[in-house]
Amino acid sequence: MISRPRSYVGRLVVPALSILLALLVASLLIIASGLIGPEKKINLLLPLIAYRSLLAGSFGSLKGVANMIVAATPLMLTGLAVGVGLKAGLFNIGATGQVLMGGFTAALVGVRMADASPAIAIPAALLGGIAAGAVAGFIPGFLKAYTGAHEVVTTIMLNALSQLAISGLVNDVFRAPGFSFARTAPVGNAALTGIGGTNLHLGVLFAVVCIPLSYWLLWRTTVGFEIRAVGANPTAALYAGMKPRRMMILTMSLCGAFAGLAGAIEIQRLGYYPAVFGTSIGFDGITVALLGQANPIGIMLSGLLLGAMRAGAPLMQIQARVPVEIIDVIQGVILIFLAAEIVVRRIFRLRAPSAGAGELQTITRTYGEKVTG
Amino acid sequence: MDALLNIPVLGFILQFLVYLVDVIVNGHIAPIILGLATPIALGALCGVMNERSGVVNIGIEGMMLFSAYVAFMTALFVHQAIPADRSTFFGVTPALISGIIAAIIAGVLISLLHAWLSISVRADQIISGTIINITALGLTSYLNRLIKPFDSAGTFQSFRPPAELINLPGVGWLFEMFLSVGPIAMLTIILVVVVQILLFRSRWGLRTRAVGEHPKAADTVGINVIGLRYRNVLLGGVFAGLAGAYLTLEATGSFQNNMTAGRGFIALAAMIFGRWTPLGAFGGALLFMGSQALGVAIRLAPPAGDLGTFLAGIQQSYPSIYNNFFTGLPYLLTIIVLAGVVGRSVPPAADGRPYEKESST
Repeated sequence: MISRPRSYVGRLVVPALSILLALLVASLLIIASGLIGPEKKINLLLPLIAYRSLLAGSFGSLKGVANMIVAATPLMLTGLAVGVGLKAGLFNIGATGQVLMGGFTAALVGVRMADASPAIAIPAALLGGIAAGAVAGFIPGFLKAYTGAHEVVTTIMLNALSQLAISGLVNDVFRAPGFSFARTAPVGNAALTGIGGTNLHLGVLFAVVCIPLSYWLLWRTTVGFEIRAVGANPTAALYAGMKPRRMMILTMSLCGAFAGLAGAIEIQRLGYYPAVFGTSIGFDGITVALLGQANPIGIMLSGLLLGAMRAGAPLMQIQARVPVEIIDVIQGVILIFLAAEIVVRRIFRLRAPSAGAGELQTITRTYGEKVTG
Repeated sequence: MDALLNIPVLGFILQFLVYLVDVIVNGHIAPIILGLATPIALGALCGVMNERSGVVNIGIEGMMLFSAYVAFMTALFVHQAIPADRSTFFGVTPALISGIIAAIIAGVLISLLHAWLSISVRADQIISGTIINITALGLTSYLNRLIKPFDSAGTFQSFRPPAELINLPGVGWLFEMFLSVGPIAMLTIILVVVVQILLFRSRWGLRTRAVGEHPKAADTVGINVIGLRYRNVLLGGVFAGLAGAYLTLEATGSFQNNMTAGRGFIALAAMIFGRWTPLGAFGGALLFMGSQALGVAIRLAPPAGDLGTFLAGIQQSYPSIYNNFFTGLPYLLTIIVLAGVVGRSVPPAADGRPYEKESST
C-alpha cells in the first residue's frame, strides 16, 4: 500500500488490543506455571505481582525511566532495520547478525582510538558500526536482487556465520590479556558513559534522530517513494521506470546500517566486545517493527513498550520469581494476535478495516521468485 | 599419482579429494553424517509437505525446537514415574516412546496454528512462520528456566550391525551408515523413500502437487483445496516433531535453549537444493551436514602430507577460528546453494499464495 488514509487512533486499536490479549494469555501461563515451578502451588495474584514489578522496574524511579529509554534506544533502531525493509517488501530477520557486525567493528575502531578525544572516538566508532552493518545488510540484499535467494533464509544463515566468525576472531586474534573470559581490549574514550548518575548516554540521541529521519526519508523523498513503490508492487515499479533490484540492495543496506548503529551503541555502552555477545535486540526488532506496523512513529512507540518490558523484567524476576523469558512469550503472543487480526476484531466486535488485511501481506509474494530490473 | 599431488594448488585440492574419499570409506564417519543430516532431512520433509501443497513454512525451526522440548520433558516425566530397564531393541523404554509420541503431537499442534494462520486467516505465511519461531524460542526458554531438569530419560541406542558387514571392502561404509544409527535416523531413510514414491506415484501425491501448482484447476475437478492443504501441513508437523524428538531423545539426551540453531532453515535450503523432492532434499541434508562432519573426521584421522601440516598449523595458531569454520560450513553452503550456484530451481507455482474460493453468485 503506498498510502491509505486511516486515522491514527484507528491504527492503534488492533495493536493495543493484541498487547492486552497477550498480557492476558501470559497471565494464564504464569498462573499455570506456578504448578510446575519451584513452589508447586497456584497463585492467582502472581501475574498482578509480576506486572506490578515490571512497571516498577521501568517507571517506578528516575533510574528506571532512564533504563527504559536506554533499553528502548537499540530496539527502535533494530525496529527500523526491520520496518524500513518491510516497506520495500523485504523481511530482514538478520538484524541480529547486523547488530553483531556493527558492534564488533565499533569495538575494533574504539580500541584503536581509545586514547583519542571522545569527540572523535565516539563518532568514529559509531560510524564504523554503521558501515559494517550496511555491508552486512548489502549481502542479503544483493543475493535477493540478483539470485532470488530469499532474505529470510540468507539472513538467518548470516546471523549464525557472523556469530561464529566474530567469536573466532575475538578468541584467536583480538583477545585482550588479563581477563578471565575472551573479550577485546576496552574501547576507552569511545565508550558511551552514563550521564548524571543514570544509565542515560549520548547514543539515545541517535535513536531520537533516526525516527524522524526515516519518516522523512520514506514519505518526503523520491528514494522513499521508490522504496514503498517496490514494496507495493515490484513489477509496476519496474514499468514506472524504477529499478527494483537497486532499491532492494539500497534498502537492505540501509536496514543493516540501522542495526549496525544499534550494535555499536550497545558495545560502546558496554565498553568492550565479549566473545559471546548474547543480545536479543535483533529479534526484538522484528516484534517492534510488526507491532509498530512498519511505521516510524509506531516503531518508536513499540520500541518504548518493549524497552519498558526489558528494563523492568529483571526486577520482576527477583520480586515475583517469574523468569525474564516471559517477555519473549508475551512478544510471540502479541504477534500471533496481530497476525490473526480477524480474531481480535471478532473478540472485540470491531468493524473490518476498509482496505485489505494490512500492508504486511507482501513478503511471501517474492518467495522463490527472481527479481527483474 | 604422486607427481599430480605435488602440483602447487591443484595438487592440494587433489590431496583433499583423495582424503575425503578415504575418510568417508574408511574413517567410520558415515553414521555421523547421517546422524547430523537426520533432523535436516526430517525438517526438509516437513517443508516438502507444506510447499508442495502451496504453503510456505518458515516456522520449521520453531516446530522442531518446541517438539524437542516437549519430547525431552515428557520422556523425563514418564522416566521418573515408571523407571524401566532398557530393552535390547534400540534401548527402547516406555519413556522414550512417550517422548516421541508427545513430540509428534506438539509438532502437529503448532502446524495447526500455522495452517490456520496461513490457510484460513490468510495472514502472510512468512510472518506466521517467524511468529512461530519467536514464540517457540520464548516459550521453551521460559519453561526451561522455570523447571531446571538435572535428570534425563537417556537416549535411544544405535543398532550394532555385525562386524563382517561393516568391514566388507568398498561397500562396508554404506552398511555402517544406514545400520549403525538409532531408530529415528533409520525411520527417516524409510520416510524419505516412502514420501518420494507417494508424492509422485499416488493419487494423493498427484492431488497435492495439483493443489500446489494450480489450486483453481484442482478445485474445478473437485479436489478440496483447503482440506488437502490442512492435511498436508499437519502431516508436515509430524516430521518436524520427529526432528525435534531426534535432537533430544536420540542425539543428545538433553535440552538446551535454542538447540535447533538454525537447522530448520538449513532444512529449507536442503529442500530447495533438492528441488522440492524428498530424495533430493535428503541428498542436500547429507551434503550440508557432511561438511560439518568433516571437522570431526579431521580430528579423528588427520590427513597426511602437506594438507595435514597445513591444517595442523592453522589449528595450532587459531583454534577457535578453526573449529568455528567447520561448525559454520553448513550455513555457508546453504547461502551458496540458495544463491543458485547449483542452478535455479523453481518452487511450486502457487507456493505462498492463500487460496480463496470464488463465491458462486
